[in-house]
Amino acid sequence: MIAEPTLAVRIWRGRADGAWRDYAVPRRPAQTVLDVVTHVQRHLDPTLAYRFACRVGMCGSCAMTVNGRARWTCRTHVDAVAADDRLEIAPLSHLPIVRDLVVDMTRFFDKWAQAGGAFVPTASRRDDFAVIAPDSPARREVDAAIECIGCGVCYASCDVVGWKPDYLGPAALNRAWTLQNDARDGAHDERLRAVATDAGCYACHTHQSCTERCPKQLAPTASIAGLKRLAVRAALKGAL
Amino acid sequence: MRYNDVRARGHPAYWAFVVHRVSGLLLALFLPLHFFALSQALDPAGFDRFLVWTRQPAVKASEIAVVVALAAHFAGGLRLLLVEFVGWRADLQKSLLALAAAFTVAFGLLLAFNP
Amino acid sequence: MTPARAATLRWLAQRASAAVLAVCVLVHLATILYATRQGLSGAAMLSRAHASFVWPAFYAIFVVAVAVHAPLGLRTILDEWSGLRGRAVDVLLAAFALVLLAGGLRAVAVVTL
Repeated sequence: MIAEPTLAVRIWRGRADGAWRDYAVPRRPAQTVLDVVTHVQRHLDPTLAYRFACRVGMCGSCAMTVNGRARWTCRTHVDAVAADDRLEIAPLSHLPIVRDLVVDMTRFFDKWAQAGGAFVPTASRRDDFAVIAPDSPARREVDAAIECIGCGVCYASCDVVGWKPDYLGPAALNRAWTLQNDARDGAHDERLRAVATDAGCYACHTHQSCTERCPKQLAPTASIAGLKRLAVRAALKGAL
Repeated sequence: MRYNDVRARGHPAYWAFVVHRVSGLLLALFLPLHFFALSQALDPAGFDRFLVWTRQPAVKASEIAVVVALAAHFAGGLRLLLVEFVGWRADLQKSLLALAAAFTVAFGLLLAFNP
Repeated sequence: MTPARAATLRWLAQRASAAVLAVCVLVHLATILYATRQGLSGAAMLSRAHASFVWPAFYAIFVVAVAVHAPLGLRTILDEWSGLRGRAVDVLLAAFALVLLAGGLRAVAVVTL
């Protein structure tokens, strides 16, 4: 009888003052890290708390820290990360731990709002449609950054977020950039004042950890550099 | 909450940041010493004695470290100015990092080991 | 002045001084390289430095750029990696800027005037 290959899985249990607990999980072909977590909760320890929803790489709910790096667990194949049959699974960094692998995303979304991450309309339904050329430079900038679904991987990956609690973070600033390039939006001046601060775009030191880890291959670093340029232009015109 | 460790930081752009920050810190701390040393040149004979003192291995080694730090901070800084002012080209990022690193090594070696 | 305007001007000062320093550093290193290659003695270097007004002018600009750039860089490091906050930091950095300016201009005067 060939023994079933086993993964040695270390999972964070509890809150910030919690501890690691070890589990032995059967290793299967085409297994994802989410499969591993699910197996633990269903067959080994029903008290394990974790988030997931679509399990097919669309919603971003299953983001966790796997072997030290933030990723979507449903899109992380065990074969790609568990070279020596070992896995370490922890909750996302830089957010309060609710329990086990679940973090409180409140601050992440609060910063999104603080950065002016909401579209402010200037037209009503009685007006004609806005005409935006898809290949205009501004729209191309928006398109390159618009696919963010707010999963928090970039925020968890950014060390400046860890060093500077007020830092708005890559996702919020990336969203602000898309709105600054949207001709229909009416809050450009206020939003720029909100993001062009020491806790905003200037706190980015181009580590590019966000860009490295974004599961949608976005580049918040580029968006934040764009915000810096917008702010400088505004300041030199006396508009900031 | 949890924080990241070295596993999350194992990529070139992050190392470039560390080099840039550490080199900047070293230079900032070195400069007051440099200014003080230069102002000793009021006395030419004393200045010559000072120059002889700088040929001690420990001092020479520190000089090399400072020059390499300067080259690194300069190259990294140019890269940053490009990224921030000229705009983002995803395909060029890795090349820019490599260029900065190569320049640092070349410039640092050239100046440091110039007898 | 809004926080955004202040932060933007600080950032701009940092980048502008960086651009000035990029040029100054190249000139300075080329000069020192030349001097050591030529095997100039201390006295020879000093006499050449005294010979033209270009040297004090150039090095004065260099010192001013450094006095802007270094404290701003340290400001970020202190904010992210130390527990120091608020007025204490501003005072400390202003003092450091003065140390660099005074020490630097004195060195320039001694070597080139």
